[in-house]
Amino acid sequence: MKQLVRHTIMLLAVLLSGALWDGVWAQEEVQIEPEEAVVESEEAEVEAEKLDVVGLIFDHISDAYSWHIATYKGHHIEIPLLCIVRSQEGDWHLFSSSKVSHGHSHEGFYIAPEGEKWEGKLVARGVDGEVYRPLDLSLTKNAAGVLINSLLVVAVILGVAGWYRRRKYNIYEVPRGFVGAVEMLIMSIEDEVIRPAVGKEYKRYSPYLLTAFFFIFVNNLMGLVPTFPGGANTTGNIAVTLILALATMFTVNVFGNKEYWKEILWPKVPVWMKFPIPLMPIIELFGVISKPFALTIRLFANTMAGHMVILALTSLVFVSVSMGTTMNIVMTIFSVLLTVFMLVLEILVAYIQAYVFTMLSSVFVGLSRPEHHEAKREKTKHK
Amino acid sequence: MSLLTPDLGLLFWMLLSFLIVFGALAKFGFPIITGMVDRRREHINEALRAADEARAKLEGVEQEAQRIMEEATRRSTDIVATAVSDGQRIVASAHEKAEADSAARMEAARRQIEIEKEKALGQMRSTVAMLSVDIAEKVMRTRLESDAEEGALISRLLDEAEAQNQKPQ
Repeated sequence: MKQLVRHTIMLLAVLLSGALWDGVWAQEEVQIEPEEAVVESEEAEVEAEKLDVVGLIFDHISDAYSWHIATYKGHHIEIPLLCIVRSQEGDWHLFSSSKVSHGHSHEGFYIAPEGEKWEGKLVARGVDGEVYRPLDLSLTKNAAGVLINSLLVVAVILGVAGWYRRRKYNIYEVPRGFVGAVEMLIMSIEDEVIRPAVGKEYKRYSPYLLTAFFFIFVNNLMGLVPTFPGGANTTGNIAVTLILALATMFTVNVFGNKEYWKEILWPKVPVWMKFPIPLMPIIELFGVISKPFALTIRLFANTMAGHMVILALTSLVFVSVSMGTTMNIVMTIFSVLLTVFMLVLEILVAYIQAYVFTMLSSVFVGLSRPEHHEAKREKTKHK
Repeated sequence: MSLLTPDLGLLFWMLLSFLIVFGALAKFGFPIITGMVDRRREHINEALRAADEARAKLEGVEQEAQRIMEEATRRSTDIVATAVSDGQRIVASAHEKAEADSAARMEAARRQIEIEKEKALGQMRSTVAMLSVDIAEKVMRTRLESDAEEGALISRLLDEAEAQNQKPQ
């Protein structure tokens, strides 16, 4: 309690001194009025900084060839990653991303500068002199992030599974601590999401759905860690969510039973709605495609928006520099508080989005296996 | 790098890592955990069911004991009641028997007395008759000195006898 009071007093003192300093500074400004050009150039700098905020946010949200950690006095601290490209001639090139960073070119490959086609991507100049995009399987920041997070997921789940494996014949021991928490999470998802949504055959699908849940959850959480090995905006990248959604689509449509396909291709509607123009089948097929599309966009947009808001709030600190010291201090406190709030909220969102993805996937899987549907209907008819 | 166009390289790495993660976890991860938890759950359910059964059984045993106790009490009261009523009955029947016995004995005594009385009466009668005859003889002997007197007496006696004989008619 005492400490809290002391901290509050300190904070107030800092604020007051800031206000005073601001006043002095303002007076000084009045004194050096003739040097308008300097002020203008400062404003220009501020403008540049403002633009830089947007750039910073987009730099973070989009993929990159190297893992940027910080820039200190114009020097970039970053982890170089592997670039894997295949040139037009068909030969593979492997090199470190540090060789192509900051406008350098390596073996004819360079990162397309701003404003050009394929901006920010590795490109090369072909034999005909035209710039082309090679087949690019580079281990980018997001790819590396996905790999790290995958390793983490595997390590966590296999570690927990190992605990059980060691106690195969000891049914009386109940896990505590981390293993217990993971077990609780797994069982809550299986019991409350997968089983009710999928139905009788839930055991068959639960490994996939649980994998999807933990994959998304860990990726979401790691995305919230500010720097390496976290910080890659993996689930906020459309390629990542697209693969996840395609996996669900694959599961749904490949293991869907006859009933499911019948309901799509020959639904129970008046004949004129499906023949000669297959109106209903077309609508149903749209459903098949729109479901994974919705999954993709939902996860991608939610994670990306969360990252954007956090970054924008953090940037308030730097944006408000131009508004004077008092404003800057107030905005800094405001920004820190809001960022903490947003981070906590994003942890919740990380869970919710993983939960929602798993739940929707479970529901889609459940819909693809309408087994006792017909039987029930017939039974009621007979009654 | 546009946000909305998926990047081929990332698609490739994502697919690869997701497939590996899925393969590893689906084979060595989740089934073991969920299977173990299911087993534990089943075990707990079974234990609970067994406990329930045991409790039900115990309750049954208790009820049985209660029932037996009640039965025993009931039977003991029954026995006591029967004993009491039996005793009463025995006493009563003894009474009755004794009464009947005594009555019978009394009856027999009375009859005996009656018989004795009859007998005594008969003896008395015959004795009285003999005595009277003797007396009469003696009287006669003394009185029948004269014939006249004798004749008068005889006639008087005859009259009397006649009157006596006529009276009961």
